[in-house]
Amino acid sequence: MSAQQSPLTLAEKVWNAHVVRQGEGEGAARQPDLIYIDLHLLHEVTSPQAFEGLRLAGRKLRRPDLTIATEDHNTPTWDIDKPIADLTSRTQIHTLRDNCKEFGVRLHSLGDKEQGIVHVVGPQLGLTQPGMTVVCGDSHTSTHGAFGALAFGIGTSEVEHVMATQSLSLKPFKTMAINVEGTLKPGVTSKDIILAVIAKIGTGGGQGYVLEYRGSAIRSLSMDARMTICNMSIEAGARAGMIAPDQTTFDYVKGRPHAPEGEQWDAAVEYWKTLHTDDGARFDAEVFLNADELEPFVTWGTNPGQGISLSESVPHPEDFADENDRQACERALTYMGLEAGTPMKQIRVDTVFLGSCTNSRMEDLRAAAEIIKGREKDPQVRMIVVPGSARVRLEAEAEGLDQVFKDFGAEWRFAGCSMCLGMNPDQLAEGERCASTSNRNFEGRQGKGGRTHLVSPLVAASTAIRGTLSSPSDLASTPAAV
Amino acid sequence: MEKFTTHTGIGVPLRSSNVDTDQIIPAVYLKRITRTGFEDALFAGWRKDENFILNREPFNQGSVLVAGPDFGTGSSREHAVWALKDYGFKAVLSSRFADIFRGNSGKQGLVAAELAQDDIELIWKELDNNPGTQITVNLEARTVTCGSLVAPFDIDDYTRWRLMEGLDDIGLTLKHEEDISEYETSRPGFKPLTLPARTAD
Ligand code: SF4
Repeated sequence: MSAQQSPLTLAEKVWNAHVVRQGEGEGAARQPDLIYIDLHLLHEVTSPQAFEGLRLAGRKLRRPDLTIATEDHNTPTWDIDKPIADLTSRTQIHTLRDNCKEFGVRLHSLGDKEQGIVHVVGPQLGLTQPGMTVVCGDSHTSTHGAFGALAFGIGTSEVEHVMATQSLSLKPFKTMAINVEGTLKPGVTSKDIILAVIAKIGTGGGQGYVLEYRGSAIRSLSMDARMTICNMSIEAGARAGMIAPDQTTFDYVKGRPHAPEGEQWDAAVEYWKTLHTDDGARFDAEVFLNADELEPFVTWGTNPGQGISLSESVPHPEDFADENDRQACERALTYMGLEAGTPMKQIRVDTVFLGSCTNSRMEDLRAAAEIIKGREKDPQVRMIVVPGSARVRLEAEAEGLDQVFKDFGAEWRFAGCSMCLGMNPDQLAEGERCASTSNRNFEGRQGKGGRTHLVSPLVAASTAIRGTLSSPSDLASTPAAV
Repeated sequence: MEKFTTHTGIGVPLRSSNVDTDQIIPAVYLKRITRTGFEDALFAGWRKDENFILNREPFNQGSVLVAGPDFGTGSSREHAVWALKDYGFKAVLSSRFADIFRGNSGKQGLVAAELAQDDIELIWKELDNNPGTQITVNLEARTVTCGSLVAPFDIDDYTRWRLMEGLDDIGLTLKHEEDISEYETSRPGFKPLTLPARTAD
């Protein structure tokens, strides 16, 4: 009983509510807990081998009613009514369709109004709710933590495990508080917060931890913006990121297709209100960030931790004390084709990608559209806009955003992961440089030899106008076309 | 899963930190729906460079990868582990692994052994001076032997036990199926179900 009386963190509360069976033993020898999973999200890339495993072992999928699938990673973003040209891709999609049929899993296929990136679809349907455990064979499952859910990515063996048992064997995670106090300046967004956090703690800094984002700057963010932050927790090496649910969260969930109704809603909200870190609860680590001082952030290297303020210059390898960091910097500069000391704002890009589960929701599209409206695109820049889901696309069209993008000269595509990972034909060419609102700037991530700078939607839009990495504040000198 | 107690094989020094899973296996290879046959995909981008370590004798025969810190970061793709295994790797040594990669390795019988970075540096030096040196990974004793160096490594008890016994996780969990069923009866009624499907229109 005493464990229940002592103050707990949000992550511990959600964990404790899902323990099916506590692991035996003590300390390092303690066996993992068996944790119940409330929602299992599937997509075409990491599920086929898991379905095959079930079939080979003669096992059933335990809870189709807690499982949902969508097609996103490997789908085309135009001509979606035609057969997929790449045969291997087509097979993968059809395998998902066959598997979902065989095992009774709900699937939103290409062309369906609810199709889209798995992490955009879950929240939008109201399936992601506070206090849940959510898993998916995709590391950006951390996105759903924005609702105060414990949500994390798993490998295909674990996907099969959840299919068969609706549970996972896990050792408790450590907890880290990320305190962000203050007010963001105009032009600075939640994407800049998370890029700054990752640059601060490093790509391995969150390893073994669940991050809880706290503080006044976080509380004032919308759900779309919170999802952007939690989404990139994995880029700091963390298993998950969480934000305690509040009125903003409840307002977002209410009325969505799978939100509780009537008395169930009241019961849910009553419970959700208990989901916050207790006063006096202890985190294993704490980090502090001042929102007042933040500027638009951008990456210069080949991992998401290699980032700086947009107003700064490409770092020198000698700036790094650690030998590994120095070598990593050298290597990154070679790959990125950058010279140390170059002001970031002088870097010219070829492509601007607005999309991915990090920044492809309505708020992101609106923010970018507002910047480009009435302005002209740099004629040499190609801009691709890929809404996160078919629903987002429809909503944006209803608001006329598609026309704003088209008038500007951007390509308005169908929903999917697209150039975030370059599995479908949306890829960078060798040496092509891209300002991207996605989450990974790894070598070759957006296409073999492609060079990625991670940015917010505001920086992406400003960059498309000026042709060089830019923030909205650089636009004052560009007269809006009438 | 095959039981693992000890393995001896040629060590391959990979002197890079932050080797993410996009490097271990690029996304274009993820279109396949099989669990095997990924040997050609391992480090596909880097292998195009003829000086890459796996393109050199005797490292192309290697089975113990000795990598820099933060190995396996990024995407959750278990294909990264499959590709390493299909190529012939039995163990990866690093001073720090990404969580999901480490978990995936444990499920697939690939030993992810966490060593002190100083020991990794000593092993790199030994492999540079004497290419082809064999490394022994002893899971029972939790030690790595390379030349005259015997270094301890970390791996969590549960994973070690499962690897040594070659146990299937799902089988283990299903022994507790009654507990799962019992838990299910206590779930609050407001938790959402995906079926029957509801949509906005
Ligand atoms: S948009 Fe990118 S990061 Fe998000 S799920 Fe798709 S591939 Fe993964």
